Amino acid sequence: MNTMLSVKDLAVSFQTRRGEVDAVRGISFEVAKGEILGIVGESGSGKSVTSYALMRILDAGGVIKAGEATYSGIDLRRAAERDMRDIRGREISMIFQNPRAALNPIRKVGHQIEDVLRHHARATRYDARAKAIAALEAVKINDAEARYDAYPFELSGGMCQRIVCAIALACDPRLLIADEPTTGLDITTQKAVMDLVRDLIREREMSSILITHDLGLAAQYCDRILVMKDGVIVEQGDPVQIFSDPQHPYSRKLVDATPRAGETVRSLLPPDERGDELTPKVSDQPILEVRDLTKTYAGKSGPVHAVKGISFTINQGQCVGLVGESGCGKSTTSEILVRLMDATSGQVIFDGDDIARVPARSFAKDTRRADIQMVFQDATDSLNPRHTARQTISEPLRRLARMRGAKLAARIEELAVLVGLPLPLLDRFPHQLSGGQKARVGIARAIALDPKFLILDEPTAALDVSIQAVVLNLLVDLRAKLGLSYLFVSHDLHVVRLLCDHVIVMKDGEIVEQGAAETVMSNPQSDYTKALLAAAPKPPQRRNIS
Amino acid sequence: MLASSPRLRATLLRVAQSIPVVIGVVIISFLLTRALPGDPAVYFAGVAADTASIEQTRVAMGLDKPLLQQFFIYVGDLSRGDLGQSLSSGRPVAADLAKRLPASLELTLSALILAILIAVPLGVLAATRPGTWVDHLCRVVVTAGVSLPTFFTGILLIYIFYYVLGIAPSPLGRLDFVYLDPDHFTGFYLIDAALMGDWETWRGAAKQLILPATTLALFTLAPIARMTRAAMLTALSSDFIRTARAAGLSNRTILYCYAFRNALLPVVTTLGMVFSFALGANVLVEKVFAWPGIGSYAVEALVVSDYAAVQGFVLAMALLFVALNLVIDLLYTAIDPRIGFSSK
Repeated sequence: MNTMLSVKDLAVSFQTRRGEVDAVRGISFEVAKGEILGIVGESGSGKSVTSYALMRILDAGGVIKAGEATYSGIDLRRAAERDMRDIRGREISMIFQNPRAALNPIRKVGHQIEDVLRHHARATRYDARAKAIAALEAVKINDAEARYDAYPFELSGGMCQRIVCAIALACDPRLLIADEPTTGLDITTQKAVMDLVRDLIREREMSSILITHDLGLAAQYCDRILVMKDGVIVEQGDPVQIFSDPQHPYSRKLVDATPRAGETVRSLLPPDERGDELTPKVSDQPILEVRDLTKTYAGKSGPVHAVKGISFTINQGQCVGLVGESGCGKSTTSEILVRLMDATSGQVIFDGDDIARVPARSFAKDTRRADIQMVFQDATDSLNPRHTARQTISEPLRRLARMRGAKLAARIEELAVLVGLPLPLLDRFPHQLSGGQKARVGIARAIALDPKFLILDEPTAALDVSIQAVVLNLLVDLRAKLGLSYLFVSHDLHVVRLLCDHVIVMKDGEIVEQGAAETVMSNPQSDYTKALLAAAPKPPQRRNIS
Repeated sequence: MLASSPRLRATLLRVAQSIPVVIGVVIISFLLTRALPGDPAVYFAGVAADTASIEQTRVAMGLDKPLLQQFFIYVGDLSRGDLGQSLSSGRPVAADLAKRLPASLELTLSALILAILIAVPLGVLAATRPGTWVDHLCRVVVTAGVSLPTFFTGILLIYIFYYVLGIAPSPLGRLDFVYLDPDHFTGFYLIDAALMGDWETWRGAAKQLILPATTLALFTLAPIARMTRAAMLTALSSDFIRTARAAGLSNRTILYCYAFRNALLPVVTTLGMVFSFALGANVLVEKVFAWPGIGSYAVEALVVSDYAAVQGFVLAMALLFVALNLVIDLLYTAIDPRIGFSSK
């Protein structure tokens, strides 16, 4: 094997106010020439820190405590800072998650590429522009000449990630480290960006490290996978082998939790935690009917039609999935349904009455406010940072049900038990809770008033897969126990397939397809649904479905 | 054609927005002076005046007319550039202001430039080396700057540099009596003297300016240094700095091209605020250094209910603030390409 990068017993720790924290605890791996290595792990596993340590761009307080990292004979740990600056960008470069934030917001993207080219003496003042445009063309940006003068805010997320790639690849590095390059991007954009990166790596015979939390994505694009947990590598090997026969309990848990075709929501959990799946009661009675719903915003260049006359029905006890990419109108639709926004026209018939006629402003005083509740996308941002979990859950109870004293306390504890939040955690603030615990608080708040209908706006988008598995199961159980109806808004088709009976696919404010979940997923009719399904990462099937 | 460039349109829109503000300022400056306690007619009729002569003064001053009519007379005068007659100095208010406003502006601007020259590098250094002696120095200067009142620092500086060391000239006005005032072009002595090529006078004016400008600068550099440090820290911890580091850019490029330009936005906002309150803090500094500025003029006018002078002062200051805010906003447009797109 022709080794390009070799890492031995690498240990990284951070000095914090609470003492030293070991982020990476002695990991060893190698990257061969031309190989794409995947490092998979959940938040806090040390996968990103590993890559920052290799580039020596750790945040303040971070130090490489021990170990060796050798790139083509260069000792990365001991190289002088001046030499490291030459290596970064020219030999090893990186692309990051959140491409929009990864670019300087007030500098033209062309100039940002030029900065790198000129710093590494790959261009002079005279040919920098031409070379920057060539770099833009290399990442398949249309009309590169015009994009040269664009600022990041004028470009879409996918386009920004291409620019970040262009910066990273401008100087022809030999090793590309991609740190969650597609987190936050739409699924079709994710595929486009990943395909582009893979093609460029193959074409230029580079090596790459792909850092991701998505085992499915890693399996699809990597030659070899490392699974990391708490700063150590628990397993490494061929992607198909890891999927079909994971050796370490943690990688087994990750494989289980990765949603894919042919699974049930229970099989996302480790085998000993699965339990019986409860069957929800679905009736033929509609609980919510949407008729010709439209929403038009006044935009700067004329009206923006966010929702263009959509109609659908949700029956009592049903879980309906609303799928689409950013800008398709799914958030607008859910905000109208939860009565936080007024529709331009159309009816929202809930329990026989048109609630679209009640203005959003006064819906808080409406008796049906308690019946329609929402679980928000970001569990962290949707909780008041200065309220404890108890205060957060008590809010709707105090305001709408006028509950006080012992009755209130009893109800809060009942809800905490229902969502599986340990009672001692009730007096903690959001920053003292984990992602999964915050999600539980958000769900408890939404179901506090015994609603009939819940809108779940990507409730697991910010969670690690193993936590997502637990939260999804919780939602399934709650639906069956409380007889809830769900509108599940998501971009993840695999999750929608697991959870929903019925699926609505939206694009550009219109419904392009709807029907029973299994039918839409296995036999899509519209081209857009087909494209979405094709773009979703396809993890290898498990050989022995348990 | 205007629609073709959103930034140009945003700029013009911003300029247009200041027009109603100016109108409001005119109305408020008028009403405010009418609401002042004390009756100017009583004051100006003199100590020995009886009711009849007070009434006579009132009629002469036009104060017997209805408020609305007084306002229209005021606006009419204003449109001819007539701000009325100062009753205490006996000269037209416009002439008084033209003479005194540049004095105040010269002092404030020099102080502000001095403050920026010290505070911005100090803030940048403190942000790039947190926890080192530069950072501590920054903190000490900031704390001292905000906690020491200007009249105290002013008197302290006079005591040390004039009384004890004797290297500063006597703190009496803009120019020592041995020099002649330079010809009036801009009213800024430093600029006028330089325009005339009279470097002797220029040095004299500069010497007089140093102590009051330093006093005011000490007061203003605190918020600038603090904001620069905070903005730089925020900018340096952003994702795009990591991208730049991972691309191997040099520390200089990262610091100035990437971090500093982004940090400038909040710093510019702070500058606008600092400039406004520096104009306010001027009054005390002008008193201490016998500086013939607009602040001391306004205080004197206010004490004697010289309403035309007060009105002129309020109007001039308000217009100055409007212009200042306009400049700050336009600076913003120049620095931040996002403006004109994100804001409606």
